[in-house]
Amino acid sequence: MARSDERPVDPRSAAAASETHRVIDAIWRIESPKLIAGLVRQVRDVGTAEDLAQDALVAALEQWPRDGVPSNPGPWLMQAAKRRAIDGLRRAQMMERKHATLTAELEATQDQSPEAALVEGLDDVVGDDLLRLVFITCHPVLSLEARVALTLRLLGGLTTPEIARAFLLPEPTIAQRIVRAKRTLSESRVPFELPPAAELAERTAAVLRVIYLIYNEGYAASSGDAWMRPALAEDAMRLGRVLATLMPRDAEVHGLVALMELQWSRARARTGPDGAPVLLRDQDRSLWDQLLIRRGLAALARAESLTRTLGPYALQAAIAACHARARRPEDTDWVRIVALYDALVELTGSPVVALNRAVAVGMAFGAAEGLTLLDALQTEPALARYHLLASARGEMLEQLGRRDAARAVFLQALELAENAQDRLVLRARVDRLSRGVGSR
Amino acid sequence: MRFMIIVKATADSETGRLPTDAEMGAMAAFHEEMANAGIVLDASGLKPSAAGFRVRFGADGARTVVDGPFAETKELIAGYTIISVRSREEALAWARRFPCPYPSEEGFIEVRQLYELDDFVPSPGVETFRAIERVTRPAS
Repeated sequence: MARSDERPVDPRSAAAASETHRVIDAIWRIESPKLIAGLVRQVRDVGTAEDLAQDALVAALEQWPRDGVPSNPGPWLMQAAKRRAIDGLRRAQMMERKHATLTAELEATQDQSPEAALVEGLDDVVGDDLLRLVFITCHPVLSLEARVALTLRLLGGLTTPEIARAFLLPEPTIAQRIVRAKRTLSESRVPFELPPAAELAERTAAVLRVIYLIYNEGYAASSGDAWMRPALAEDAMRLGRVLATLMPRDAEVHGLVALMELQWSRARARTGPDGAPVLLRDQDRSLWDQLLIRRGLAALARAESLTRTLGPYALQAAIAACHARARRPEDTDWVRIVALYDALVELTGSPVVALNRAVAVGMAFGAAEGLTLLDALQTEPALARYHLLASARGEMLEQLGRRDAARAVFLQALELAENAQDRLVLRARVDRLSRGVGSR
Repeated sequence: MRFMIIVKATADSETGRLPTDAEMGAMAAFHEEMANAGIVLDASGLKPSAAGFRVRFGADGARTVVDGPFAETKELIAGYTIISVRSREEALAWARRFPCPYPSEEGFIEVRQLYELDDFVPSPGVETFRAIERVTRPAS
């Protein structure tokens, strides 16, 4: 089917109309973050800005199927939103005169030609607006859940139903989260500006945490039967790359991008043909995505060039890079991985990291050493109900030939695991040890 | 999902003429816009087919090396960009904005979807069922 920017789609054809709607949806996803970010700068309120952007979308849905999609949809949408903003403010002005300056400011830019607006669109202003919006949607006044939903909605361009589907939650739950988040931002009078220098590191860490949380929900789904939700992981990777263009001097941003791309490079090898998870050492490495590995290693190199002391994401990326560089499992530089985990334990103090470090020690220096460290972690309250501690102990015990002990510990892990696929893997290990066949 | 935007060769591109500053600028600006949206995974321009070669697999299994250039210009590739987007429509929306690579003559870009994770991982429901069946039945 021939499509052109000039030719209107025949409105009599339902197929053509829905085709145009899909085109508009796609353009919306591309344009809405910039649009909303620009509007927030002008109206100083996320809720109002999103309402205006939605008005512009409605105008597009009315006009584009009739008149054709404009060749520069971004400036078109901005003009439409500003027109609505001015209308709204004029109405409000009848009661309150104080918006006069804001209206004048909007009108001053309203008559710009689309070309002029496009040039403005290529300016750094857009980047600054987007960055300010990132810091708002990940603002500490919001709950973590609200930050995730708002970030996906305003920066990822996802609709509420799409977010609900991605998190397997009812649509009203997500809608409510977003409404509440916008209200909280208004009530707390969160300013539309970059965080002050003293807070920048902490606020950046909060943004990275939101992006990584979205990624992880896609990479290691915490609920449901599917082990991975690729679309969500890809949304997070795109958000990370956008942030890397907005904050090119921040090592941890590149570290996070590297971590996500390196981990995702193994996505195709993480499940077998039967859908069951495949452990790292058993993965078919020819299935690893070399494009993502190359990108991930390049992002890690950028992070390393920007700082002497890697942050938590860059350290994890460096660990993932050790695996990515190993053509065969036995080529893995476990000693280096232990050193990286040492730094990570020091930085985070996290018991889960300590657990991973213990496993790496087992790989680098022998299962007995690993098991000693793992046993010590059993008194750690945060790990008491964590199936991976039991799994790791079972692994070390099996390697040491203590099969009965290993079986008992895998049974413990099975009781603790919640993900259906994790349970399948553990069940299989218990069964194998019970049968006494196929031991490694 | 990933798409490859393929720039088809033209008589002009096959001469090996380097892009003008204006052509290069438009291409760079567009790729920067895509990079700012976080969607670019890879992009490269290719040298003319005169610099390349083909390995021909005969029906009898014999391999013959054929040096470029190749005649069927419009079937050749002059460059590619791999993007990661959420939908086919989004790939289309970006592709419509792709700058004309060789403005002096008619040309094409072709957009193709890459095989993805989802193409290899069968539906989880069915597979979970199969896996349960496998582990609960004694090994034969």
